[in-house]
Amino acid sequence: MGIKILTEHINVPGIETLEVYRKHGGYRSVEKALKTMTPDEVVEEVKTSGLRGRGGAGFPTGMKWSFLAKPEGVPRYLVCNADESEPGTFKDRVFMQKNPHALIEGMITSSYALGANTSYIYIRGELMFVLRILEKAIAEAYAAGLLGKNIMGSGYDLDLHVAPGGGAYICGEETALLESLEGKRGNPRNKPPFPAVKGLFASPTVVNNVESIASVPWIVNNGGAEYAKIGVGRSTGTKLISASGNINNPGVYEIELGVPVEEFIYSDEYCGGILKGKQLKAVVPGGSSVPILPANLILKTAAGEDRLMTYESLSDGGFVSGSMLGSGAFIVFDEDQCIVRNTWNYARFYHHESCGQCSPCREGTGWMEKVLHRIEHGHGHQQDIDLLVSVAKQIEGNTICPLGDAAAWPVASAVRHFRDEFEWHIKHPQEATLPGAVYRGQLETITA
Amino acid sequence: MAKITFDGIEVEVADGTTILQAARKIGGSVVPPAMCYYTPLKGSGGKCRVCLVKVTQGSAKDPRPMPKLVASCITPVQDGMVVENTTNEDVLNARKGIVEMLLINHPLDCPICDQAGECNLQDLSYEHGVSATRYEEERRTFNKVDLGPYIQLHMTRCILCYRCVYTADQIAGNRVHGVLGRGDAAEIGTYIENIVDQEMSGNVIDVCPVGALTDKTWRFKNRVWFTKPMDAHRDCPTCSGKVTLWNRGDQVLRVTARKDEYSEVEEFICNTCRFEKKEMSDWTIEGPRHINRASVISANHYELPVVNVPIVPNLPASTKKNLPQH
Repeated sequence: MGIKILTEHINVPGIETLEVYRKHGGYRSVEKALKTMTPDEVVEEVKTSGLRGRGGAGFPTGMKWSFLAKPEGVPRYLVCNADESEPGTFKDRVFMQKNPHALIEGMITSSYALGANTSYIYIRGELMFVLRILEKAIAEAYAAGLLGKNIMGSGYDLDLHVAPGGGAYICGEETALLESLEGKRGNPRNKPPFPAVKGLFASPTVVNNVESIASVPWIVNNGGAEYAKIGVGRSTGTKLISASGNINNPGVYEIELGVPVEEFIYSDEYCGGILKGKQLKAVVPGGSSVPILPANLILKTAAGEDRLMTYESLSDGGFVSGSMLGSGAFIVFDEDQCIVRNTWNYARFYHHESCGQCSPCREGTGWMEKVLHRIEHGHGHQQDIDLLVSVAKQIEGNTICPLGDAAAWPVASAVRHFRDEFEWHIKHPQEATLPGAVYRGQLETITA
Repeated sequence: MAKITFDGIEVEVADGTTILQAARKIGGSVVPPAMCYYTPLKGSGGKCRVCLVKVTQGSAKDPRPMPKLVASCITPVQDGMVVENTTNEDVLNARKGIVEMLLINHPLDCPICDQAGECNLQDLSYEHGVSATRYEEERRTFNKVDLGPYIQLHMTRCILCYRCVYTADQIAGNRVHGVLGRGDAAEIGTYIENIVDQEMSGNVIDVCPVGALTDKTWRFKNRVWFTKPMDAHRDCPTCSGKVTLWNRGDQVLRVTARKDEYSEVEEFICNTCRFEKKEMSDWTIEGPRHINRASVISANHYELPVVNVPIVPNLPASTKKNLPQH
């Protein structure tokens, strides 16, 4: 068992109450930061830690914080992005539901570091029960003087609000989130200006994932250098992984970055191997928006090295033979899963969730979904495969926000790695549309 | 001031100018097309993506190229920036792709559309589109909506440029329409049946790049290329009263604001001028309107053709013929 930073006390009974949380060392970082450190020192510690954004993009958190503009007389905001809605991702929900005070502690310490006096947790609309848990915890923190005016006698004031979204995936994009938080339609903004200069209510704003913020207290308590010792290379610290799919033990795992993928899938400590002893076919290692990888490429890189659970190792080989760690949603497919059907399912999701603001994504996501629907239901043509690749390319990189890329990558990568499966669907429509029909040719080439 | 190189042409513009405006200063065929950006409307732009260009050098200070294609209508220039538009294959391919996207759900009913002839999407597809479609699925359709006595909404043709939303916010005021729904189900609508009848609301027709918002006093009266544009003005208490009349004989078929070569209005006009003053006696005629656009409405006007100007300059004397004088 590796070191646990986020989930150490997560199963302690009553940890969601302030009393039990404080008994287990809770809110120590607030005391330490507010009483003994300057905000810049906290930012410096986070920079030293090498903590990278846990929402998907993996941008260094300390760097993001240091980009925050600090004009005189303008308020600054910290917004926690709890709009976790990528298919396969459920780590933040479990974390907030079980240990709400850990997020609140992170919010106080981070807000202090950024000089924000009002902070928001933007939570996904479907998670109303988590919102209530958070609100209860915030009320406890206010009553204990951990929020509000003059926190712990340090002279620092902070108001923390929880705001629910309407359940739109697009509002997880930081500028769409800010629009939504301002009460507008959740359309992503054009960048620049970036939120660090002009974010919430046209003021400098930092938007961070739940997990990133929740990692800050440990960094403040133990020092950034200590955090940087965990992990491999530039992937420091621990990461929550939402493991799902055809595995024996689906769930949320906290891993030290650097665990080999093979160990993560097959060790009993984590996923516990493939369900019913079947063969591994493919893995989506970072949530539905990252490229899918076939079994041979997820276990080993194209160069033959072991693939590790780190930002660098998973993206080794670029989009030709690599993928991304993303938000850490590890989705495993066994030999009985149909990649065409799965790709169609993803395309359907992105079609449904496109905000419709910019044309490539609005029209392209629907187009890809319809073509994939056709192939899956036995009405595909041979040229449809190239059409999918070409449409994905027309969307990728040409949109306002990354949703266009997120919609294009899974389709492009599925065609890249499982082209014969698509061809089989088109050539043998009657067989392919039988219930439970799966193409197995690809698998033989993998095991050979 | 910032000096940038656009398609190999150097141009100097004020700091904070967008790449598109810098290109428009050069003018001609290097200017990227724009379907959603509209200079008089604050906040417009960045949505249609047809104006994407490649920035091969960010600035003199930081010469790194920008990793993705950028929307030229909203990206400000930096001193020393090098931009490629028509000289870059990637840009032209991306634009072709985006034109295809804009057209897959468009009804292509140009033969019965009032906007045909002055439609930005039509021009764009002629210049950058392909002649065949790869889209064989059913197209998205909507029912026509009446937005009061003057304006009809034909959502099926809409490309969701948001221009009419900004116009209602910034020019007409008291906005009652907006974008409902999301993705390719997003539509312009009034939510509950509302009438768009603010004093300046008719301008949404002028800003619409396609035939989605049409003038009910003009619908199906004529084709734009048969009408003759004339600049005219009247003493109007609400707006400047400077308009373009579109005549057939001495009949005023349509009144619009005066638009420049990028279809952007010079001054917004009020609904009274636009919809109710359809007599020649209402107007003081200034003269023929010069339309400087590549589309068909530039032809067939009252303007005298310019003759005897060699189309290809500097031809050898032997090729010159005496053309008949008008």
